[in-house]
Amino acid sequence: MKRTLIAAALALSLSAVASAQLKIGFVGELSGPQAPLGQDQYDALMLLIEQNGGKLGGVPVQVIKEDSQLKPDVANQVVDKLLDKDKVQIITGITFSNIMMAVHKKITDKGVFLIGSNAGPSPVAGAQCSPYFFSTSWQNDNQAEVVGKFASDKGYKNVIAMAPNYQAGKDFIAGFKRTYKGGTIIDEIYTPLNQQDFSAELAQVASKKPDALYVFYPGGLGVNFVKQFQQAGLNKSITVMSASTVDGTTLPALREAALGWLSGTFWGPDFPNDANQKFVAAFEKKYNRIPSQYAAQSYDAAQLLDSAIRKVGGKVENKKAFHAALKAADFKSIRGNFKFNANQFPIQDMYVFDVAKDSKGRVSLRTVSKPLTNHQDSYVGQCNMKPI
Amino acid sequence: MTLQLTLSQLMNGLQLGVLLFLLAAGLTLVFGIMSFVNLAHGSLYMLGAYFGAAAFAKTESFLLALLAAVVGAGIVGLLLDRFALTKLYTRDHLDQVLATFGLILFFNELIRIIWGPGSIFMQVPDSLSQTVEIFGFSYPSYRFAIIGVGLLVALGLYLLIQKTRVGMLIRAGATHPHMVASLGVNIKWLNTLVFALGAALAGLAGVMAGPIVSVQPGMGEPVLILTLVVIIIGGLGSIRGAFFAALIVGVVDTLGRAFMPTIMRGIFERNTADAAGPAIASMLIYLLMALVLAFKPQGLFPTSAGATR
Repeated sequence: MKRTLIAAALALSLSAVASAQLKIGFVGELSGPQAPLGQDQYDALMLLIEQNGGKLGGVPVQVIKEDSQLKPDVANQVVDKLLDKDKVQIITGITFSNIMMAVHKKITDKGVFLIGSNAGPSPVAGAQCSPYFFSTSWQNDNQAEVVGKFASDKGYKNVIAMAPNYQAGKDFIAGFKRTYKGGTIIDEIYTPLNQQDFSAELAQVASKKPDALYVFYPGGLGVNFVKQFQQAGLNKSITVMSASTVDGTTLPALREAALGWLSGTFWGPDFPNDANQKFVAAFEKKYNRIPSQYAAQSYDAAQLLDSAIRKVGGKVENKKAFHAALKAADFKSIRGNFKFNANQFPIQDMYVFDVAKDSKGRVSLRTVSKPLTNHQDSYVGQCNMKPI
Repeated sequence: MTLQLTLSQLMNGLQLGVLLFLLAAGLTLVFGIMSFVNLAHGSLYMLGAYFGAAAFAKTESFLLALLAAVVGAGIVGLLLDRFALTKLYTRDHLDQVLATFGLILFFNELIRIIWGPGSIFMQVPDSLSQTVEIFGFSYPSYRFAIIGVGLLVALGLYLLIQKTRVGMLIRAGATHPHMVASLGVNIKWLNTLVFALGAALAGLAGVMAGPIVSVQPGMGEPVLILTLVVIIIGGLGSIRGAFFAALIVGVVDTLGRAFMPTIMRGIFERNTADAAGPAIASMLIYLLMALVLAFKPQGLFPTSAGATR
């Protein structure tokens, strides 16, 4: 009993010391094969905090970093710790959709603000939407929808769609179908999620001679797929449109093998706006690599927090005011157009990029076109947003 | 058209098969001769890929990359054998599984610390980056090279085991280790040699696979599972078994993936077929393994050593 009391007293005194700082929890994939995504999210968040001299919105902040290890049970534990022990008011990050689904309700039910900077599963955008959740990335389907629209605009008649056989793979093909009009998907190929060699499928694709191939192979799977596609000599004969396959985290391992590949997303390092040019230069200087879209999303999350904390003068415990300040999204997004929809996901322009050499001769993403302007996700109608 | 597709799929199966053979040969030798279960064999494959990629980045020479991978993995195997595993050879298989599983975690973390969590760059050598036209379809020349190297290694191993003095000692050591030792042969040295040879072959498989797959921490585990299936089907300890089983697994797996979805579409409606096709295709090799175990529990080419232990 005595020991417990002493421990409690100690804990209280410690938290009194720390209370001068605003605590922010960061949760992301920081180990395992998907770690480059979480690392870019974390690095971009810390970049803005460092640029502001350790502050967000003029208030000194302490970021508590937690690795969710791509395991929902681990994510639950670290979120419990952030909520109950560290008593954070704000959590940001979250890399994967299954992690988001595991912790979204727990965090928002507690009235803690969750600024998601990657995963955007459909339930969170639709029926389970919460006033405490904001996304600075996209709803998962968006990156597929922009590619579908692009394929329609280009007039591709015969398209083959390929993805790993799991939920996100099916979502990314469904999203593509939603906006692809005027042609047919002559084949859909689903490969087991742990399959590393695609020679059998590539031979099939080559024999069917489609106008274009649409693929979703995130992370290391994408590295395998792109290399093998190029080695099969198909880069010359088949146009590839991709989503979440060639990005800032996989291009360093791919380089020339990915030249000419198309990819749909919301942001590219070559965007000319001032805010973006400054961000890219600062990120490259500090971390010595080209920022990926995951870094961009997280940098915008940091900017959003910066603007909202400043508006409420650091008083984030006034939840109504802080919510209004977040909702206003009063910051210069490095993607250009940005505002929050009713479900607090972005309304934004979606672009298609191709893989090309940048001005320094490095392989990177280059803007090709903007098939969707002020695009919103298709789940916003299912969201009945409660007042805070 | 369909004939060409089938042929190119057969080539793909063959290529996967020889790659699996490179891994299975080492694993099955170590098991057959030392009765040692080495789950860290996949880590040696990963190390081979990383050593190769690092050497390639420094020198731009694929031959040097090959050399670095084979020699590097061989040396790591030698050190592992001398300093970490010798004590485990006489222990229970479960202890060996536990210890070598720990080694997997150790190597994955080590790689992550040195090279970072993302996948690293490794490309096909320029001379092999083209495709070759055969039977009217084009096939990546690099995959031809893999098939060639794999078959050469198979031939080399056959000659080494069957025709040389060292091979004779290896065969003798597999069946009668105590007798060999009492005849004045250093059986420990022989074991180390076999282990290092297996490690070097795993490293060779790793560097050959490097330009095809993503070189990243943990890349050895999925391929280890296939390798275990191969040595179970082939018969523990049998190089010949490993060779044929690897080719069978490679071809069955590839043809299954290529044609199962189409076959399923003929039977079920599209949605069911798209879900069931890949699932059943990926189960095929395990079904094959179950069948082999049911009818020939010792594998297709059992060795007396594997049978008695």
